[in-house]
Amino acid sequence: MHKTTMDERVRQYSALAIPSQEQLLYGVCPHPLECGLGLTIGGGQVFPEVNFTLPPMNMTDDTWAEIVAHYDQMAEQILRRAASLGTPGIVLEFELLPLMTERPEWGAEITRLLKRHLKTYHDKHHLACALRVTPTDIRDQLKPPLMRSGEAWERLRQSLETCADAGADILSIESVGGKEVHDQALMFGDFPGIVFALGVLAPRDMSWLWGEIRDICAARSGVVCGGDSACGFANTAMQLAHQKMLPEVLAAVVRAMSAVRSLAAFEQGAVGPSKDCAYEGPVIKAITGYPISMEGKSASCAHFSPLGNIAAAMCDLWSNESVQNVRLLSGNAPEVFTELLSYDCRLMNTAAASAGGALQMRDWMTDSDEWLSPQAAVLSPDATIRIASAIVAADTPYTRTIAAGRAAVDLLKDGIGKGKLHISRKEQQWLTRIDDALDALPKDGETLMQELETQYGGLYDKASYGL
Amino acid sequence: MSRSEELYNAILEGNAKRAHAATEVAIAAGVQPMDLISGSMVPAMDEVGRLFEAEEYFVPELLLAGRAMRSALDLLRPLMTASGEKLATRVVIGTVKGDLHDIGKNIVGSMLEGSGFEVIDLGTDVSPEKFVAAVEQQKPQVVCMSALLTVTMPAMKTTVDALTNAGLRNQVKVLIGGAPVTMQYAKEIGADGYSESASGAVGLVRSLLTNA
Repeated sequence: MHKTTMDERVRQYSALAIPSQEQLLYGVCPHPLECGLGLTIGGGQVFPEVNFTLPPMNMTDDTWAEIVAHYDQMAEQILRRAASLGTPGIVLEFELLPLMTERPEWGAEITRLLKRHLKTYHDKHHLACALRVTPTDIRDQLKPPLMRSGEAWERLRQSLETCADAGADILSIESVGGKEVHDQALMFGDFPGIVFALGVLAPRDMSWLWGEIRDICAARSGVVCGGDSACGFANTAMQLAHQKMLPEVLAAVVRAMSAVRSLAAFEQGAVGPSKDCAYEGPVIKAITGYPISMEGKSASCAHFSPLGNIAAAMCDLWSNESVQNVRLLSGNAPEVFTELLSYDCRLMNTAAASAGGALQMRDWMTDSDEWLSPQAAVLSPDATIRIASAIVAADTPYTRTIAAGRAAVDLLKDGIGKGKLHISRKEQQWLTRIDDALDALPKDGETLMQELETQYGGLYDKASYGL
Repeated sequence: MSRSEELYNAILEGNAKRAHAATEVAIAAGVQPMDLISGSMVPAMDEVGRLFEAEEYFVPELLLAGRAMRSALDLLRPLMTASGEKLATRVVIGTVKGDLHDIGKNIVGSMLEGSGFEVIDLGTDVSPEKFVAAVEQQKPQVVCMSALLTVTMPAMKTTVDALTNAGLRNQVKVLIGGAPVTMQYAKEIGADGYSESASGAVGLVRSLLTNA
């Protein structure tokens, strides 16, 4: 087993690619990405990223033809609607379902089908486009999960390779390293456990996994090493906060800290766009200068968020997260959401075409949400720069995670102090508790790991993290 | 019935060590296990549930209270087994085959446990055969199934059918939940109930058992 050091990175960001919030705009970034069929992401315009899934149905050999027909229909209808609207560019995201990852030939077949549709619309309608393919991280099947070996990892690796060979333009994943500890720590509100998962385990898995994905992409022509998402961590916290199961302030701090593990993909060679559900994306963009995908109000088909407008403020792709192929009055849901996203993007791009328009539009989207929720408060351009600056000023993933958490707590306290952010007494108690817990953390990750060994040692496989 | 205020408060505050110590003191003083349960533990968990519903407690407080209660129960179980007393209603819970999502399922399981039910968690990606085997072996009164994916929802029906084919369906109440799941779907597949929230699931289990 290859043992990684506590901090194994190909490159380390020590400064911001976008140093001021005035430069942190939607649709533009220092390192635009050319990919797919004539598409440039982050080169001046925001494009829709449409994600779609199956209606309730069995996935078996017997139903496979029906499943293929669904994807065929969804791709055709999405692209037809985009072409009808004169949408200048589009990304389709194919998120594999777990069984499609376990059977790599299934994922590859759908990938080929979607790419065929994109080529047709590119050739006939000059639609700039790209296909993002996101296999499911199925490595957490065992308890404790085996992350670097075993049947699940082999299937995942095969899935990444076969999808890349089948026509994926961008490879992504929502990886789950550290989640086995984070889930429990989050549910019990155990802040040291959360920091251990986000600041020690997750970055180690991200570094290893994204090294593998980088190599898979590098071995093929035209396959972009995309980006990850802290969905299983911070979006879990966001959804639980929405249901009043967790404090919003905790979800906000988890969001800020999760940027460090997502950054690890870029330290290993990812070049974006980061995943749509990675609400930590703006921090990644500020640090790396690579483009990001985001989702907000037009992803309400998939889930609630208190970030509907502010999430668009710095995006380069604008996504609907996921929608089932069910019939609505104007057509099937995926094409309907293509229309929504297209109009969202057209408005942003129209604003950006006039002098100062992008900044004005960005600020309106920010102002509409910023102080209505602690989770929105850590997503503003100003908060993004503060959190990103704190991260690059620290050295290790562990200290960076703490620095991001500290920056988020300070942001929330500032907002409360200025009378902008209003939270309940109970939320205030939790903010104080988190503040105190940050101060009490040990100086290095190894010490924290030892302190938590009794509590969490049985939940994760040390070799899976190079420990 | 006697009440240990120390045990009651320890559970309310989610302090497992204190709950354990208070239980030891009560046992040494000759308090009967069932009196401790009905006099201190159940009222404490009822109050925790009320605080949760009132949004005064979040899930962490709820789970810590449950953990404190279990630390007390661990001391009482051997005594109750020796005297032939039964502990609680048993619930088998799992995420259905093909689905690896378990946060929602874990919260429902923890809330049921915190409400005094004995929960047997089968984990994720649980096949219909495994659910059937658990019902045969563990003899629960309730089976709870979770799914987050549209393509794994049908495994709920497969599991209900498997319980029927094994002649076990009438022995258990079947509850389902998860983001894409609906009451309509519960009716379609012959489940006994559906809840869109974890706290709702606890109430549903209680009402189904009361009306059984």
